[in-house]
Amino acid sequence: MIKYHLHHLRELEAEAIYIIRETAAQFERPAMLFSGGKDSIVMTHLARKAFYPARIPFPLLHVDTGHNFRETLVFRDKMVEEIGARLEVRYVQDSIDKGRAREEKGPNASRNVLQTVTLLDALEELKVDAAMGGARRDEEKARAKERFFSHRDEFGQWNPKNQRPELWMLLNGKKHMGEHFRVFPLSNWTEMDVWMYIQLEKIAIPEIYFSHEREIILRDGVLLANSEYIMKKDSDLIETRTVRFRTIGDMTCTGAVESPASTLSEIIDEIAVSRVTERGTRHDDKRSETAMEDRKKVGYF
Amino acid sequence: MSDFSSEGYMNMELLRFTTAGSVDDGKSTLIGRLLYDSKQIFEDQLEAIEQRSQQRGFEHVDLSLLTDGLKAEREQGITIDVAYRYFATPKRKFIIADTPGHIQYTRNMVTGASTANAALILVDVRKGILEQTIRHSFIASLLQIPHLIICVNKMDLVDYSEEAFSKVVEEYRNLSTKLDIKDVNFLPISALKGDNVVEKSTNMPWYHGSTLMYLLENLHIGSDENHIDCRFPVQYVIRPQQTEYHDFRGYAGRIVSGIYKPGDKVKILPSGETAKVKTIELFGEQITEAYAPMSVTMTLDRDVDISRGDMIVRENNVPSMEQEFDVMICWMNANNLQVGGKYAIRHTVKDARCVIKDIRYKVDINSMHRNEQDKEIAMNDIARITVKTTVPLYFDSYRKNRHTGSIILIDEATNETVAAGMIV
Repeated sequence: MIKYHLHHLRELEAEAIYIIRETAAQFERPAMLFSGGKDSIVMTHLARKAFYPARIPFPLLHVDTGHNFRETLVFRDKMVEEIGARLEVRYVQDSIDKGRAREEKGPNASRNVLQTVTLLDALEELKVDAAMGGARRDEEKARAKERFFSHRDEFGQWNPKNQRPELWMLLNGKKHMGEHFRVFPLSNWTEMDVWMYIQLEKIAIPEIYFSHEREIILRDGVLLANSEYIMKKDSDLIETRTVRFRTIGDMTCTGAVESPASTLSEIIDEIAVSRVTERGTRHDDKRSETAMEDRKKVGYF
Repeated sequence: MSDFSSEGYMNMELLRFTTAGSVDDGKSTLIGRLLYDSKQIFEDQLEAIEQRSQQRGFEHVDLSLLTDGLKAEREQGITIDVAYRYFATPKRKFIIADTPGHIQYTRNMVTGASTANAALILVDVRKGILEQTIRHSFIASLLQIPHLIICVNKMDLVDYSEEAFSKVVEEYRNLSTKLDIKDVNFLPISALKGDNVVEKSTNMPWYHGSTLMYLLENLHIGSDENHIDCRFPVQYVIRPQQTEYHDFRGYAGRIVSGIYKPGDKVKILPSGETAKVKTIELFGEQITEAYAPMSVTMTLDRDVDISRGDMIVRENNVPSMEQEFDVMICWMNANNLQVGGKYAIRHTVKDARCVIKDIRYKVDINSMHRNEQDKEIAMNDIARITVKTTVPLYFDSYRKNRHTGSIILIDEATNETVAAGMIV
């Protein structure tokens, strides 16, 4: 390695910390979205590094679909206690009960889309003016054009045709009353970078990322964890397999992969030779070719 | 097993490059080719573009489809905005800022160029150097991109002729004498067929240079950062509200240039006070030498009044501190620049306001000619202007330091970023 040259994980780390600090400095009430998935765990870790020895100066916000993996919630509560962070949880179930959101019906029903309603309501209630998310540009084509600081109008909507140019590292967070920003500190990270960084920094992650035996529903080539939240179809095959999760979201739309990988290095080796993208296991993206772009425009992350 | 052993991956460098080209010169195909041949395309992505290629009635898989993003773009078959792409080889991780060649080309290319180590410019060998090649090269030189790679594309359509390639190279050399570019490389390629992209071409035995991938992996980027002039803009002051850290006062920020060590005598701008660096740390870990682009937290040996936007520099190497200076700007907004107009200005992490005192000249980016009469500065125009700020800024010329020499202007009514500026 050349002297005075950062290797790429440290450069990505420095960039993300810069963005998180900018967010804390430029906005009055920032919040960090926390889903319990690896990207939000890495982002939380970076926030700790950014302000250490002080505590993270903004709350973590979890939009709970009610269909989470139990392991994710256990992990979340333990982590929050350890790092002394403030956690706000808002429930999709409450939005449904209040008639703000309507539950989807049928075997493919998911609360993934409904999250947006709860999220936007929570941002308004908590008066959040900058919501940081762990989304990465490599995940999906609609995300490839996101800025670090992404402006949203008063309806929380994204207008991909009229984004502010982002030059050098000069981030413009100026806004009118009622508008807010989405901020993406991990924009330039890839799935591989996230895993390598977890290994480098020895960051704890929920155990369901590692290989385990589980009862799954085999549907349209996707392996869904069997749970009471999924209405079964006649064509579904229910079997026990050795699986792990590459991404963690709502149980109704997060697919598992068959894998014996039980350590971080085994996961990294597996991803390096993988021929399918990580969102290839996401049922929510398979709804249509523009599923992500359509959701983002109305305020999804 | 994979090429990405844990250890190897930890030693990878990051290279950011921008791509520019006009509509039909094969830019999307080239990026598709880089991603495809470096095995960054996954089966689900490939299936999707195979399907779309078939729907459009193409015989082969159109690799350029890999890079279109939004529905609006696919409907029109064009690219709207800067899109970021990622790929990695065991040596380096690459970030491509892919900028469209047609509408709002200057604004987008300037955006992509602002963070790039290298610019990749495509030239169609049959057409030679066009106006837009000049435009792109001028922007690369204006933004001081350290490395330029000229890909002479579509060599397959001229029977891989050495003469055709040499003609383009010579034409470009004549043009680039007027530009301020440090490192220019020329490559004969065919993005469509894959010649000299990742694999060495067997069709051009006369060419003894490297492939594009080899060049990207081996460009010397070690000296792209300025390690001489110490500049540390304070981004955030850390004062823990916990009893065990009652007296802790840390200055958080990103080192934009220079090398800092504990014990260094430093000067704080604008106050001019001096102190010594006590510690440089991150997450409790002590750093013995901190350099760009690290994000760190610095503590000093004595209490000094420091707030966000201040800059910690070395006593014997200070930036200019002025309220009036000249800037080369690229205008990026539909509303024209107003002489006498007031704008918000952002420099490192410091916010101020400024007034536009004068438009010195506008640059015709096709001929590089200076026009002192034309004062209409509209979207995509490049001009030299004089600004006066409400408070002094501490800056270097952009040529000397990309981080302390750059600014943006913000319209105070719309909050939009309206200009990118390089301090002269």
